[in-house]
Amino acid sequence: MRVYVGGATLVGPGIADRETGIAVLRGERDYAFGDYVPPPPAILSATERRRTSPSVRLALHAATQAVQAVAADPATLRTVFGTSNGDGQVVHAILETLSGPERLVSPTQFHNSVHNAAAGYWCIGAGVRRPSISIGCHDDTLAAALLQAATQTVVEREPTLLCVFDMPMPPPLSLVRKTLHPLAVAIVLSPTPEWTGVEAELTLRFASGPPNMPAEPRLAGLQPLYGGNPAGRALRLLEHLACGEEARLSLAVLDDSRLDMHVTPKCSPQHA
Amino acid sequence: MPPLVLSAFTVVSAMGRGVAATHDALRRRRSVLRRCDFEDATLDCFIGRVDGVEDESLPQPLAAYDCRNNWLAHMALRTDGFADSVVAAKERYGADRIAVILGTSTSGILQSEEAYRRRDPATGALPADFDYAHTHDLFSLARFVRRALGLTGPASMISTACSSSANSFAEAARYIEAGLCDAAVVGGADSLCRMTLYGFASLELLSPQACRPCAADRNGISIGEAAGFALLERPDRAMPADPAGAVALLGYGESSDGYHMSSPHPEGLGAAAAMRAALDKAGLSPDEIDYVNLHGTGTRNNDAMEDKAVAQIFGTATPCSSTKGWSGHALGSAGIVEAVIAALCIRHGFVPGCLGAEAIDPAFTSRVIVENAEQRVRHVVSNSFGFGGSNCALVLGEAAL
Repeated sequence: MRVYVGGATLVGPGIADRETGIAVLRGERDYAFGDYVPPPPAILSATERRRTSPSVRLALHAATQAVQAVAADPATLRTVFGTSNGDGQVVHAILETLSGPERLVSPTQFHNSVHNAAAGYWCIGAGVRRPSISIGCHDDTLAAALLQAATQTVVEREPTLLCVFDMPMPPPLSLVRKTLHPLAVAIVLSPTPEWTGVEAELTLRFASGPPNMPAEPRLAGLQPLYGGNPAGRALRLLEHLACGEEARLSLAVLDDSRLDMHVTPKCSPQHA
Repeated sequence: MPPLVLSAFTVVSAMGRGVAATHDALRRRRSVLRRCDFEDATLDCFIGRVDGVEDESLPQPLAAYDCRNNWLAHMALRTDGFADSVVAAKERYGADRIAVILGTSTSGILQSEEAYRRRDPATGALPADFDYAHTHDLFSLARFVRRALGLTGPASMISTACSSSANSFAEAARYIEAGLCDAAVVGGADSLCRMTLYGFASLELLSPQACRPCAADRNGISIGEAAGFALLERPDRAMPADPAGAVALLGYGESSDGYHMSSPHPEGLGAAAAMRAALDKAGLSPDEIDYVNLHGTGTRNNDAMEDKAVAQIFGTATPCSSTKGWSGHALGSAGIVEAVIAALCIRHGFVPGCLGAEAIDPAFTSRVIVENAEQRVRHVVSNSFGFGGSNCALVLGEAAL
């Protein structure tokens, strides 16, 4: 399956915006782990903005930067949002309320607890009526969401925004589902190479058996991000995209399968 | 789109276990919603509860997946010969060519609710026997079903609130068209938990009676639980148990409201867009649709906006109804429950009238029916809408084999 990708964005600890992410991924700037607080989403009205949690803000931060990078109108894009944990902070608050005597769940928290909350706020903020899917596939979320976004792009022949993100869980859930830091990745996928912002061709293949190509980031400094968050599985792909180089890589999926990827930059000889 | 045959399908809900029990409940117009007796919930509401879920157990290699949601899924896998049909499909295609794409809204969160009550009083830690990844985590259901059926194709767990399992049909159709798989297990499971009961109570959306979708005096939803599955394949290689009554997915349409997190667009713009997209995919005009199975939750807002959306497209002639008066609102599994009901309407030639609605809302202009009717049903549109403004409409019809 072949798609064309652009706008690849990484935000997380020490990576406050897309430009910083690209510099880090290219090795032009040493990676330094640092605080990251997702900004209030500018695309939302003040009322909606107040209702958003860090998890939604994280997703919308990456999504907004990716769409800006390809200069696309967000209202024209299908969306695939992937998150393993959903909104752990909201889910924890509700679970705590339910274990107490009163069980007075907050209505705002309840509607924010749906797994597609980030998608919902994105569509509200960006005025999107296009189809949107939200998925949760534990540590395979990145691979599953990428495969799904590519499939939508190819079959529906429409550009698709992919956003994969996770926040750490609050305690006590943090002890049973370890996510060490916030991280979000967003990429815009197009069915055709003649599209604004396309940086590379990406072919994907789902196959049985263990991966036979690398998946971990080349930059040693990014290792903690790779292992500490399901979205970190995108790091090696993002490195190749940022460097504009051809590469093959493979992600383990579901203990018995893999997702093979082949990146070909747009300016390489194959496209000349 | 090329049609995809539902070569096997099954459902377990408050209406009963399997398609025959579901068909019987619809025909006899048997009300099965009951006053809430779930765990220690003290809410003035009705629920659609599946009897016997607590008595289920999973086979030893899958014991880590033990939770109400997977028990319910396990019941469904062993109903209507569904698992056997998948075994036969595996022989045709290979285990790696069958995808598992399912929907759920809350997966096994009930397990976390129980674990939170058993936290260590000193440290607040969750009990050591609590297995988050195999129960509460969303992917638990898809991993469980994939392992229980011995499949090794691609898998995904969709969670778009109450449209989740309807979306699984659309996603699977794309996977088949893209060549990622030859067949797909779709559907999903959502089971009763305190989170959804108290959550909908906080929004003041629970009816103190059995829900009455489309009724003039409707006053909210009744939460139900259900699991259901369908096996989707291309017609040329499908081997349905009953070729004469075979049903196919003919189209799907998805859209977003982009309006509000928990209220639908009041004019039903997103709902109408999903239905139009589904008709386009199916290559059918509205007058070729014989029945619309409404999302019809029983809330004031949903049913009013859906009436507007349906009337915009189908006018006043096409019979439509909600079947949530039987099943309750099974949330993420509502889509598969109603896809199976649509298949039964097509196979058996009838349309169910809304249960529990004595008088339809006089403001409605679509043709909402309150009595069952015998008629040929070639094509059905089935609607599912969810929080976050997620909309999905499916078109099911007679399969030409």
